[in-house]
Amino acid sequence: MRIVVLVKQVPDTADVRRLDVNNGLLDRDAGEPIVDEINERALEVALRYKDEHKAAEVVVLSMGPENAIKSIRKALSMGADSGVHVVDESLAGADALLTSLAISRALEQTRFDLVIAGNESTDGNGGIVPAMLSERLGVPLLGFLANVEITEAQVSGERQGDDGTVNVHAGLPAIMTVTERFDYARFPNFKGIMTAKRKPVETVTLAELGLDAAEVSSLDRTEVISTAERPARAAGTKIEDDGNAAATLVEFLATNRLV
Amino acid sequence: MTRMSQYQPPVKDIVFLLEHVAGYPDIAGLPGFEHADLDTVVGILEECGNFMAKVVAPTNRAGDKEGARWKPDGSVVTPTGFKEAYKQYVDAGWGSVPLPEEFGGGGFPRTVGLIIQEMMMSANLGFSLCPLLTQGAIEALLHYGDDELKQRYLPKMVTGEWAGTMNLTEPQAGSDVGALTTRAVRQDDGTYAISGQKIFITFGDHDLSEQIVHLVLARIPGAPEGTRGISCFIVPKFLVNDDGSLGERNPVHTVSIEHKMGIHGAPTCVLSYEDATGYLIGEANLGMRIMFVMMNSARLSVGTQGLAVAELAYQQSLEYAKERRQGRAVGATEDSAIIDFPDVRRMLMTQKASIAALRSLMLLNASYVDHSMHEPEENARKRADEIAGLLTPICKSFGTDLGNELTSLALQIHGGMGYIEETGMAQHVRDVRIAAIYEGTNGIQAADLVGRKLGVRDGASVMEFLASMREIDAQLAEAGDQFASIRAELTKQLDALDQATAWMLRAGRADPNAVLAGSSPYLRMWGLCTGAWLLARAALAGQATGDAEVAETQLVLARFFAEQILPQCSGLLNSAIAGADDLFALGPAML
Repeated sequence: MRIVVLVKQVPDTADVRRLDVNNGLLDRDAGEPIVDEINERALEVALRYKDEHKAAEVVVLSMGPENAIKSIRKALSMGADSGVHVVDESLAGADALLTSLAISRALEQTRFDLVIAGNESTDGNGGIVPAMLSERLGVPLLGFLANVEITEAQVSGERQGDDGTVNVHAGLPAIMTVTERFDYARFPNFKGIMTAKRKPVETVTLAELGLDAAEVSSLDRTEVISTAERPARAAGTKIEDDGNAAATLVEFLATNRLV
Repeated sequence: MTRMSQYQPPVKDIVFLLEHVAGYPDIAGLPGFEHADLDTVVGILEECGNFMAKVVAPTNRAGDKEGARWKPDGSVVTPTGFKEAYKQYVDAGWGSVPLPEEFGGGGFPRTVGLIIQEMMMSANLGFSLCPLLTQGAIEALLHYGDDELKQRYLPKMVTGEWAGTMNLTEPQAGSDVGALTTRAVRQDDGTYAISGQKIFITFGDHDLSEQIVHLVLARIPGAPEGTRGISCFIVPKFLVNDDGSLGERNPVHTVSIEHKMGIHGAPTCVLSYEDATGYLIGEANLGMRIMFVMMNSARLSVGTQGLAVAELAYQQSLEYAKERRQGRAVGATEDSAIIDFPDVRRMLMTQKASIAALRSLMLLNASYVDHSMHEPEENARKRADEIAGLLTPICKSFGTDLGNELTSLALQIHGGMGYIEETGMAQHVRDVRIAAIYEGTNGIQAADLVGRKLGVRDGASVMEFLASMREIDAQLAEAGDQFASIRAELTKQLDALDQATAWMLRAGRADPNAVLAGSSPYLRMWGLCTGAWLLARAALAGQATGDAEVAETQLVLARFFAEQILPQCSGLLNSAIAGADDLFALGPAML
């Protein structure tokens, strides 16, 4: 069983997060980059399978700038076996279409029985890349799972929605995404950190994935039409009690459809 | 205000001082530390800090509120969450990082181990004592145990699966260890039957590990009086079978645990040994020497406890000062956060600068411990050992005195709320109080400084170190006007310290009581000078990074400390050299 976990490096949600107003892109220097927590939960699913099935191989795959290697190393220190780092200057600011193209090529190259991803990242919140990968690779997607059971031949789990619970399953190879219903990931331990240094990480460029610059630039791309600063927070409504406060308050709540 | 578990490991601050003040790259360059380069260390500290913040810190409050409990069947139960956190701690392997690879450790420098301790102590001081005592026991075994004892006990102690304790104190033998009466009678099979009562045994019993390995000081019948007749034994809670499995319960019983002012999570036990089976470590009557192996290492760790609790309290007081709005600062048009008031800033800056000074001092001491063990040249090892020995009492006393003072300032910033248990500030003040007492009271440390350390090589050792501190003067002069006030103040206060040292060396021979009378203020003069000296080093290093923010931060901290805290040093000179006359001028009946 070869499980590939997709890992995205994002700004720490506990830290400053900023978009560059000029180009609409993420200001990567604003906050501390970390492994998106939902990806850590995805990794934990793979590592638990590996705990039970020693022969299973867990590969972490990340697309991102040079320092995304830190996130890959962290995943390796938690127990993944090897890493693939897709890094290329022309990927800066890549939208979901380009991202899914690059990752799908990398997945084809690295091979997989199961791909595990987070349902959506905490920075972009698009939640669309796994579906695009499924389309591009022609493998089933089990998205937004609340739990999972993985066997040699298939993957199955529950997807919980407002209207009920759907039991889904698919034969391998497949792609699945986890939600926050999954457990937190284990902590890297000291031995893990030391052995992670010796684990292989393959760095691949777009060219090495068989994508040339012309092809990339000919892709339909998300276009940023305009950007604007978030308006400063306006002061709240203050109701002075001149004897009619109750009535004014009720009116305020009613107008804002809060009651 | 419940921010108890929001400890943020100050990894960036630590790494800066580690690299630039403690000279970590030189340690990593010593033979045997090839795997311990700075980058690797930073990676380890980041993850370890994260672990301490997320796993250990959340147990701190329950540790204080519930405390450890003694059950009528003689067993001891730790507070909610301790057991799970300890298991995770063992699984993560953090305790093994600075221990020898031969016994399953990571083979990292002591300096790195001390930083791990600092973060664990900030996260939960009570909890951290279990691994701390285990490490003390490990070090004694490593230095003096025979191969069989080492092979039998060390591997599981290194992982933390087995905990360790240090049994020194008895009701009539506290600071005067030589007065202890626990007996060790040699048996036909070469083991010893240990009988007696030990008190104040930290984590003397608990439910965190399956086995507890007691290191016990006892007297073999016929041994010389006092400290020269003390031997050190291993007494396991469960005897260990030849295959390494646990066997019969050894008759060492927990009679009770103490109801203490702080560190409630750590059970402080009265242990009764009733013909318990013990194994001699090293040779008979080597106990004091073995104890000093444990003590020197433990004293630096306890000094670091002062730093660690001060750091936690500082973080919380800073947060509070930013959020609490009360009154209007000069020029403000609406209510101000109290951080805008000069007196609150004074308290915050005092904390921040003092914490940086303490951390530098602890790391410097630890770095000399590493040099003393790993330098290829014997002379270099010896010199490093002298300096580590000189700095140890300073780190212990100055670290824990400031730990008390700074934690109290952090409480003060909270105003009346600080006095209310809910904010958790009272816990910090209560917890850190013990650090000035145990592992040799701060008064004993001062006596160690003037009685043992000053006399090394007839005073030449200490004079050489003082001279080496002066070497920074030329660098400060070169660094420009911004450093002028630091340079001037440092020179002035080092003059005062030189003067006091000369007096101590002179007076010590004729009148030991006079020297002891001034020993505590004298030790504090050392703390202030070394702290300011190291912050000046940090400021120079900050300037050299080319990072404007780092340069500014380090410069301001060094300047604040030099101009506003360091001058206490010359103020202490008079009491350091006053002699004992007035201390004894009023007889006990007149006091």
